[in-house]
Amino acid sequence: MSGGWTGRVLRVDLSRGEIRVEPLRTDWARDFIGGRGLGARYFFEEVDPRVDPFAPENKLIFATGPLTGTNASCGARYMVVTKAPLNGTITTSNSGGHWGPALKFAGYDMLIVEGRAPEPVYLLICDDQVTIRPARHLWGKGVWETEEKIRDEVGLPEVRIASIGQAGENLVRFAAIMNDLHRAAGRNGVGAVMGAKNLKAVAVWGTGGVPIARPRDWMEAQWQFRRRLRESPVTSEGLPQFGTAVLVHVINESGALPTKNWQLARMKPDETGSDAEKISGETLKAEYTIRNKACFACTIACGRVTHVSEGGKVRHAVTTSPRNWNLAGEGPEYENIWALGCDTNVDDMDAVIKASFLCNDYGMDPISFGATLAAAMEMYEKGYIDDQITGMPLPFGSADALVAMTEATALRRGFGKELAEGAKRLCEKFGHPELFMGSKGMEFPAYDARAIQGMGLGYATSNRGGCHLKGYSVKAEILGVPYKMDPHATKGKAELQKKLQDSTGAIDASGICLFVGFGSELDDLLPLLNAATGVDYTLDDLLKAGERIFNLERLWLLRAGFTGADDTLPERLLKEPIPYGPSKGEVNRLHEMLPEYYRLRGWTEQGEPSAEKLAELGLDKLRAG
Amino acid sequence: MKVTVKLFATLRKYLPPDATGGKAEVELPDGATVRQLVERLGIPQSAARLVMVDGEHCPELDTPLQDGQTVSIFPPVAGG
Ligand code: SF4
Repeated sequence: MSGGWTGRVLRVDLSRGEIRVEPLRTDWARDFIGGRGLGARYFFEEVDPRVDPFAPENKLIFATGPLTGTNASCGARYMVVTKAPLNGTITTSNSGGHWGPALKFAGYDMLIVEGRAPEPVYLLICDDQVTIRPARHLWGKGVWETEEKIRDEVGLPEVRIASIGQAGENLVRFAAIMNDLHRAAGRNGVGAVMGAKNLKAVAVWGTGGVPIARPRDWMEAQWQFRRRLRESPVTSEGLPQFGTAVLVHVINESGALPTKNWQLARMKPDETGSDAEKISGETLKAEYTIRNKACFACTIACGRVTHVSEGGKVRHAVTTSPRNWNLAGEGPEYENIWALGCDTNVDDMDAVIKASFLCNDYGMDPISFGATLAAAMEMYEKGYIDDQITGMPLPFGSADALVAMTEATALRRGFGKELAEGAKRLCEKFGHPELFMGSKGMEFPAYDARAIQGMGLGYATSNRGGCHLKGYSVKAEILGVPYKMDPHATKGKAELQKKLQDSTGAIDASGICLFVGFGSELDDLLPLLNAATGVDYTLDDLLKAGERIFNLERLWLLRAGFTGADDTLPERLLKEPIPYGPSKGEVNRLHEMLPEYYRLRGWTEQGEPSAEKLAELGLDKLRAG
Repeated sequence: MKVTVKLFATLRKYLPPDATGGKAEVELPDGATVRQLVERLGIPQSAARLVMVDGEHCPELDTPLQDGQTVSIFPPVAGG
């Protein structure tokens, strides 16, 4: 192994103030590749699954992959691995921007943070010089101001910063870790773990590069990969021009857009009183977008730079620091628009963008926040909670409630205290657990599992709870990439999910962005990985690595006390048919898919990996127990 | 017969000039197919990647249309 990985792991114990560099376990690197896989492997080894997520014993791992920081298109990603404060699962939360590459340039594949600092601190990594610095003066500040202050203080304009805002400090259970102002390791509450550790930020400046084992092969491979992405209309036109927000109409027209806390599955003026066009990707592009933006080395550039305040005509203006775009920010992505706009039925783009910017600055996951607010809105409309409790009217469609509650939640003020606990705890507290729309304790993202059957199986079996990113079957079921499947059918979906989950595991481990999957196949990554690392992986090795990662996470979950019974969906999705639209009458038929899925996975009927499967994956020593 | 056509993303430019909100009514001969509609609007066939008729995905361009139906056409797009 002579490239891709730097071969070094940085370990920081905040309780003792100790900083150590240790060699990377190369056997693990080969089998788990990097990023999600390698991070999960270390985490599995080192952290008791029954630990309290906020305890000093929980660890926070920032893991890059062998392609992170190379010039492979989209080699921009890092993963945060920890035990989730939102729902107690192992989480692997991914972010782009420039922070992950910077960690590689400083000479580290991973950063492992342990313990808890007695006082707020931040970590400054400049190549081999690593220091723990006081951060009292940064506590209470948002992400944007924090980045600016640290940059000034360390005097390095190129320093890359990952930090938490007020939401992370206040242990909001879905707080995010933000880097490069607008990029987020968004889900499961990883930011709250950082807050519990009293770690405000990790600032990185690296002057090295990423070693490449076979430079000649590498140059050919990375050109070939770029060509591949350029030839696909999705990665060369669709994503750069419209970003992910273009999906608002696609999913709405398919009748798969969860609306009003999943009571409905499309926005239509005569049914919901709201109009998807107003918060669509088309409107975002025409009226709000300044330009698109890429993460490190990315040739797709799905990011948006947007602004909401021009000529004072806007109700929800956003002011950020002059250096941080002034009245502009990045996003909103499709997921932000859905959670903040569709699930809450707020078809007001100014308010949605404002709330999305606030989520970035406070460091908060807009998916879980929007979904939690939508659950509260349903309880409010049904009379289960009233103004006495909420402090303000909270009907669906209220832009004012959306913006006010974003702030209240991040700061844990008033009713925001309840929202900050996430939808599951909120609904349980007020006696209506059935209104929680999520699985394994995490709120679902933007695709109705009744209208897209395979996505429902993905939600039910995702190792971190309600998540679309670990098996994005919407790709085949709606978008027809690379081939089209009927979204309402269950046939073939178990196989589709398993394959996607395994290949996603491999992509997530490589350090490259998942979105390359819209313009290339897993085997397109092979020449890149092999030239970078000097390992001769085969396609089968990659798929096996992905499967190994998925099973490892599963073993961890079983040890933490989850069982096969947690592979399920809310009653609403299993029993309440979609009332209107093209998916009218559909419920999710999980029972038609799950047993087959377990079989294909080589798991028992109870959802536990069989001894043979574990032996095949080289995980037999790590049995659940 | 008349159908309502909704075009999205990069295809909006193929809408007739009188269209509003991304949609328009189009007059077609009885029994016309999705393909004829796509040609009539001047949309290159490779650009009509995702077609839905009344919200049902319609991968087969030779499907005949009926009076009053809504046809939504998307170029190759994706997101997450
Ligand atoms: S496709 Fe988008 S998210 Fe992925 S690396 Fe490029 S800009 Fe970042």
